[in-house]
Amino acid sequence: MSEHLLSLMTFIPLLGALVVLVLPKGNGGLLRSVTLVVTLITFVVSLPLAMDPVFKTSAEMQYTEFAKWISVGDYFQMNYNVGIDGISLWLVMLTTFIMPISVLSTWQAVTKNVKGYMAMMLLLETAMLGAFISLDLFLFYIFWELMLIPMYFMIGIWGGANRIYAAVKFFIYTAVGSLLMLVAIIYLYYYAVGSGVAMNGFSIADFYNLSLNPELQKWMFLAFAFSFAIKVPMFPVHTWLPDAHTEAPTAGSVILAAVMLKMGTYGYVRFAMPLFPEALHHFMPWLASLSVIGIIYGALVAMMQKDVKKLVAYSSVSHLGFVMLGLFALNNIGVSGAILQMINHGISTGALFLIVGFIYERRHTRMISEFGGLSKQMPIFATIFMIVTLSSIGLPATNGFVGEFLILMGAFESELRWFAAVATSGVILAAVYMLWMFQRVMFGKLDNPKNQVLKDLSIRELCVILPLMVFVFWIGVYPNTFLEKMAPSVDHFVYQVTGKSPVVVESVVPACSSAHAAPAEVAPHHGDEHAHH
Amino acid sequence: MENLVQTALQNINFAAIMPSLVLASFAMVLLLLNAFMKRGVTAPAAGISLLALVATGFASISSWNNAQFGFAGHVALDNYAIFFNIVFLIAAGLTILMSDAYLKREGYPVGEYYTLILFSTVGAMLMASGTDLMTIFLGLEVLSVSLYVLAGFFRGQLRSNEAGLKYFLLGAFSTGFLLYGVALIYGVTGTTNVADIGAFLSLNPEAVSNPLAVVGMLLMATGFLFKIAIAPFHMWTPDVYEGAPTPITAFMSAGPKAAAFSAFMRVFLVGLGSMQASWVGLLWVLAVLTMVAGNFVALNQTNLKRMLAYSSIAHAGYALVGLVAANEIGISGVLYYMLAYAFMNIGAFAVLVLAGKQGEDNLTLEGFAGFGYKRPLLGVLLTICLFSLMGIPPSAGFTGKFYIFAGALNAGYVWLAVLGVLNSAVSLYYYLRVMVYMYFREPTEDFSWIQLKIGATVCLILSVAGVLYMGIVPSGIMALARQALF
Repeated sequence: MSEHLLSLMTFIPLLGALVVLVLPKGNGGLLRSVTLVVTLITFVVSLPLAMDPVFKTSAEMQYTEFAKWISVGDYFQMNYNVGIDGISLWLVMLTTFIMPISVLSTWQAVTKNVKGYMAMMLLLETAMLGAFISLDLFLFYIFWELMLIPMYFMIGIWGGANRIYAAVKFFIYTAVGSLLMLVAIIYLYYYAVGSGVAMNGFSIADFYNLSLNPELQKWMFLAFAFSFAIKVPMFPVHTWLPDAHTEAPTAGSVILAAVMLKMGTYGYVRFAMPLFPEALHHFMPWLASLSVIGIIYGALVAMMQKDVKKLVAYSSVSHLGFVMLGLFALNNIGVSGAILQMINHGISTGALFLIVGFIYERRHTRMISEFGGLSKQMPIFATIFMIVTLSSIGLPATNGFVGEFLILMGAFESELRWFAAVATSGVILAAVYMLWMFQRVMFGKLDNPKNQVLKDLSIRELCVILPLMVFVFWIGVYPNTFLEKMAPSVDHFVYQVTGKSPVVVESVVPACSSAHAAPAEVAPHHGDEHAHH
Repeated sequence: MENLVQTALQNINFAAIMPSLVLASFAMVLLLLNAFMKRGVTAPAAGISLLALVATGFASISSWNNAQFGFAGHVALDNYAIFFNIVFLIAAGLTILMSDAYLKREGYPVGEYYTLILFSTVGAMLMASGTDLMTIFLGLEVLSVSLYVLAGFFRGQLRSNEAGLKYFLLGAFSTGFLLYGVALIYGVTGTTNVADIGAFLSLNPEAVSNPLAVVGMLLMATGFLFKIAIAPFHMWTPDVYEGAPTPITAFMSAGPKAAAFSAFMRVFLVGLGSMQASWVGLLWVLAVLTMVAGNFVALNQTNLKRMLAYSSIAHAGYALVGLVAANEIGISGVLYYMLAYAFMNIGAFAVLVLAGKQGEDNLTLEGFAGFGYKRPLLGVLLTICLFSLMGIPPSAGFTGKFYIFAGALNAGYVWLAVLGVLNSAVSLYYYLRVMVYMYFREPTEDFSWIQLKIGATVCLILSVAGVLYMGIVPSGIMALARQALF
């Protein structure tokens, strides 16, 4: 059982999608319940992964599975090659955790063609999980592209007024990037084969061992980095995001923000950065600049939004800028922070989109000016919204604080000191746009008669949002649960991109010292191409 | 004298043309039977045609890995020819499946239609197995003449007449180019046998740069490229494809195109391989030009048939990339792509055939508004074909493009591959737009006129099955394509 745990987890939703397709069309409640059960089963199946202590001590891939898939002699070979380490572990968990919540959030929001919607959600879950567990570049590419199809339909069919534009833009932006990456993948493969490396399919481990000349690295890095930058999204290829997030239905926005954006950052962690470390250093000033521009620009634009959902969408650009900055710090603290912040962003921004969904379902508008004084009418909602807002700003004792703190700490300790200094102002700007929005929506006079009859959160809505609250505080108060399991993998990643063995930083913050106290075994199965750094 | 006759007879080896013989016999019997059949009843003719195709398929496959050569080196039934034969037979079979109800609806239930499809398939098979320029020319003519008639088959419709006449005039003109090229090459090398031309050119390097040979090569390329519809010889395609009966459009975009590719590749790689330096750059440019011309003009089409016609130009451009690469991966990639394209394009056309009203004026983007809701199954199947045409995994279109671009990259044509994928990115827009109308617009019609006629439905299901099979477990067919090199 456990040797096929990852496959089981990945393909249960696909199976569920097929079941949904044969269920009767009219019975929305049944369709939603079945989908919810399938996503819950997937979550339960994935739980043993999170509890496995092996991630505390090993950076190796765990739960690996291998099967030959496509084999055309010496031309090429693709394998079903999957596994997870301490980094992908948390992204997998985030996905399986967010999915039941998203499904539950659709109970009233989606009434049109429920069957199609549920099938798309499940197909999307399979694609996302598949992408996170793939250890073969070709397999990764398949899942990566497969993700586009359900999301395209989710935005296009169930989205808002401007949905068609948003859906097509989303699809084309992402596909253009990934097509160039496909060329790079194939090129790299033949380069490897041509230089006499015995390739086991498009296995990522074999690609890590390649020694590439700097010129080639630059081109390859550009192709990969461009593709992932679109997904992150980094400035200036972020423009699809506000459209897609704003037009998508609530569950779509939640999944987009919580999981799909992480595909981009994960792509950097797993592929673009460790595959081409020299190119990474070469482009570092550009990458760091774009990250910081993203942080500031996203925050400034968010500040000026009149639509709550759009505001949250632009805040994502800013938050993801932080994640990228943490990764580019190339030290344990920064990278740990970045990965933790990926999870945090999934939780906080996911929660924000859910909250926007709650008020949209009540008022069918998201304009800030339409609201005001809601806290009197909806006290429970107000409390939760406040917590999420503070978590998004990064108040201590919430998850956002730990992530941003580690990122900035890491960046200050790296060569990116000055970038970090500028980025810090992004934290302040976040407080401005979030609190200002909160104030306008929740406080003030309750003078709009339409708002005077609003009901507070229902039990179902509480079930949707409360699990996220648990993690806001869990990560905020005791992040070690998460940090200690990613530590060996993070150390290994830092070794891959810098060639330096892990630096043990003592007592930076209590939270992270113990994460690094036990020096991880870094498997030095690495080529010596990084040695001269 | 007796010896000579005996040698000649031994040289004939009918096994080498067995598939063409079988199919041509069936076609002629069918032609006779048509005379006795009741007017307006074409189902038996369709049935016999399908039987003929299956029999021909067996006749072809039996020589797999056991190549037959005959007629003193004029014909070869090698794996290469067999692979292409199967592509033609599949294309013809799927076309025939979708035709019966269509012919009735459009008011031309005539059995000769099937005979002509069979004859054109015979021509296609002769082209694929022709190892002499004269055989290839013969095959091309058999193929083309049948197609001229088929394109103008709806003789009461102006559009169909225009298609037939345009195709005939331009086709005849391009055949002239081809023949002139053959003559010049014969003048230089003293032979029309493809292998002998290759041998002569590699033994006499000075002949390679002989202006006569170069001009001959260019003229021959013009003839073939016209048939494949490579820019700038693609101008006829949209009008002909739009005017021809829809199943014939589907057939032309898959079968005859593959036939021209088969002969083109054999002549240029085996015969004119030594001249590669003088044709590869040209084809590089034409491949890019074709992809750009096809995709960018397809962007503003609102008629689906015309849109698919332009997109088929672009797809020929992708396939040409494999030929430019001219390595094993690229060439077997072309073979693979031809089969993949037959499935996905004919599948898309089958939906058009099913969804059209008489006269087919409703096959526009607007006409498909809300199609996915009113006819969910057809919608999903068309969607699968469209995603395959875009090259999104897991579909035949993706594995096919992957194969071809892998060939280009392996041969070092990085920019060609980059331009190729960027062109695919352009094509996303117009394929996605069909889905925008199908799923993102409210239905304006109830599509109640659509009846799932058995033939077209089976055709559609088989096509989609082919698309998914080649997308998910492509190894088997990839291996076959690989064994099918000359």
